[in-house]
Amino acid sequence: MVPEDLREIAAAEQEANKQYEHTVHVCVAAGCLSLQSDKVKTALEAQVKEQGKEDCCKVRGVGCMGLCSAGPLVKVGPDPVMYRDVTPEDAPEIVQNLGKDPVKRLMCPSDLPFFSRQVKVVLENCGEIDPERIEDYIAAGGYSALLKALTEMTPPEVIDELTKSGIRGRGGAGFPTGIKWSTVAKSGGDQKYVICNADEGDPGAFMDRSVLESDPHRVLEGMALGAYAVGANQGYLYVRAEYPLAIKRLRTAIRQAERQGLLGSNICGTQFSFHVDIRLGAGAFVCGEETALIASIEGKRGTPRPRPPFPAVSGLWGCPTLINNVETFANIAPIVRRGGEWYAGIGTEKSKGTKVFALAGRVENTGLIEVPMGMSLRDIVYDIGGGIPEGKQYKAVQTGGPSGGCIPADQLDMSVDYESLFKAGSIMGSGGMIVMDETSCMVDVARFFMEFCMSESCGKCIPCRVGTAQMHDLLEAITLGQATEETIPMLQELCDLVKATSLCGLGQTSPNPVYSTLRYFKDEYMAHVLEGKCPAGVCDTKGAKEAAA
Amino acid sequence: MRRHGHKSHALIETLHTVQESFGYLDEDALRYVSACLRVPLSKAYGVATFYHFFSLKPQGKHTCVVCMGTACYIKGAPQIIAGLDAMAQVKPGETTEDGVLSVLTARCLGSCGLAPAAVLDGEVLGKMSPADILDRVKEMAYNGS
Repeated sequence: MVPEDLREIAAAEQEANKQYEHTVHVCVAAGCLSLQSDKVKTALEAQVKEQGKEDCCKVRGVGCMGLCSAGPLVKVGPDPVMYRDVTPEDAPEIVQNLGKDPVKRLMCPSDLPFFSRQVKVVLENCGEIDPERIEDYIAAGGYSALLKALTEMTPPEVIDELTKSGIRGRGGAGFPTGIKWSTVAKSGGDQKYVICNADEGDPGAFMDRSVLESDPHRVLEGMALGAYAVGANQGYLYVRAEYPLAIKRLRTAIRQAERQGLLGSNICGTQFSFHVDIRLGAGAFVCGEETALIASIEGKRGTPRPRPPFPAVSGLWGCPTLINNVETFANIAPIVRRGGEWYAGIGTEKSKGTKVFALAGRVENTGLIEVPMGMSLRDIVYDIGGGIPEGKQYKAVQTGGPSGGCIPADQLDMSVDYESLFKAGSIMGSGGMIVMDETSCMVDVARFFMEFCMSESCGKCIPCRVGTAQMHDLLEAITLGQATEETIPMLQELCDLVKATSLCGLGQTSPNPVYSTLRYFKDEYMAHVLEGKCPAGVCDTKGAKEAAA
Repeated sequence: MRRHGHKSHALIETLHTVQESFGYLDEDALRYVSACLRVPLSKAYGVATFYHFFSLKPQGKHTCVVCMGTACYIKGAPQIIAGLDAMAQVKPGETTEDGVLSVLTARCLGSCGLAPAAVLDGEVLGKMSPADILDRVKEMAYNGS
């Protein structure tokens, strides 16, 4: 494969697409699939055949279109019309009306802020291409960044582009990716590895799953670019076993890329070789921590170890290892293709580019969104998210999963970037964004996350193993109305201790949900403690009276 | 089936394959795997118990996995758990006495857009109220087959 071959495939594919006057895209990512979009697709295909429109209409299964709450989604082209909540029975009508007036009853207005306010970089192909065909990806410009790098750029030039782009790790901590890559590149040793962290453990986050299901080749291309830049020849994709569809599509994608000579030995006739293998996670949140993830790939229990040495110096089997999250790798190809300066033009001064969020919880439009860094939280919740359903009151947005915090109503106008979120006592995290209304009790939410940390603590270091259990017990006592006034200072002290002395990120950040709820919703804690009642009516505080009696 | 080169780092991959084939990991399977890969049995057992995905007990005829992710939690997952307990006297992680239904919880299914979500015998149920989900479970486990 040389650049000309790639262009040929792309041209042939585009030519083939031109013969179709109409396109019908059906979402076949996990969200819509669980609402039987596969049956919708079969019905549409059957209708196209029955009505003799095979020559002018192409039905295509595509990745996530974002608005999961309105699924199954179907998009009809060339003038894009989006249909929502489509059932197989709607198929005849949809096919009949191709090129005529769209079916009003099913229409989802395409000028919704949900669509118009997004800026798509990572998700640019989601909903446009068939994730199970490499030709579709190539026709959309795929793998051209890899070939460009291999034929025109030296590895340091690739890293330079990244540094210029200002991209920071999308896994949550926000470490500058350019620095990470150059550290690995500078580390000595013949054997280096690239690892893609697809162990998306945060409850409430499903960005990585959607990217892997909708555009798997983009992640592989990013990994290959990483391998070229740092001098690695072997990569591992560490995926949760809970995502069977993503695993299946990744396997297909790896096979296709190998067959085209875009992965494997001597890629495109150059000296560069890169093999990718998939490793399955087995349901351990702590394996999102990089050293624990490496232990897990080595076949051990996923327990973290102290850093330094960082994986960039000594990682998998003691070799320098580049480890990035799915979304980070998904950003690489566009940066190399379009240049670092283009990317640096999006976002805020310190947080560049876009961020994919999984919007969920008590909000009208749930689903996957991608927005430029620096958009205000209010715009995300009310404009894109469509506000809170059933006329309820907004209470908080939870970001960053069990390591993050809650942002109350009076901070809705803050800009969403790494620094502002940190200042507000939360973190960017991997991108879960859960909206809560008045029916959620914040003490109960804190207890929920602490229970999570408690059961996910790997048990290696004591502050985390014992501390999370004790904090959970205290929080539970509060929710049961059995706490006294001394409980809250005690809880606070314990939080400080666990934060300061835990070994890895899981323990160090586990008090965050408590900190932020105590900071913004102390009145709710006090109501539980002093009056023995739960303002949101979630907690069962009957125990309070019994304890007092 | 065990073509991972019989190296010790293939332990997790191998356990996945075993669980996929037999539904759970019993002592014989663990002994066999650890002997094949030359991993101490204690280490194999340690790995099998460390990861939530592996199960050391056989499952019931039907399984219902309830998502307890944040989004599902605030949209009613606890009611599903309570409802299952009331209906079949089964708590998360347990199987009913007659071996018909196992109830498990998941940290997050990644279907938060559809909260509350549950997986019944491999089929994801989304956008349903807790009561709907309970009806489906009832139908499948006690009337269907």
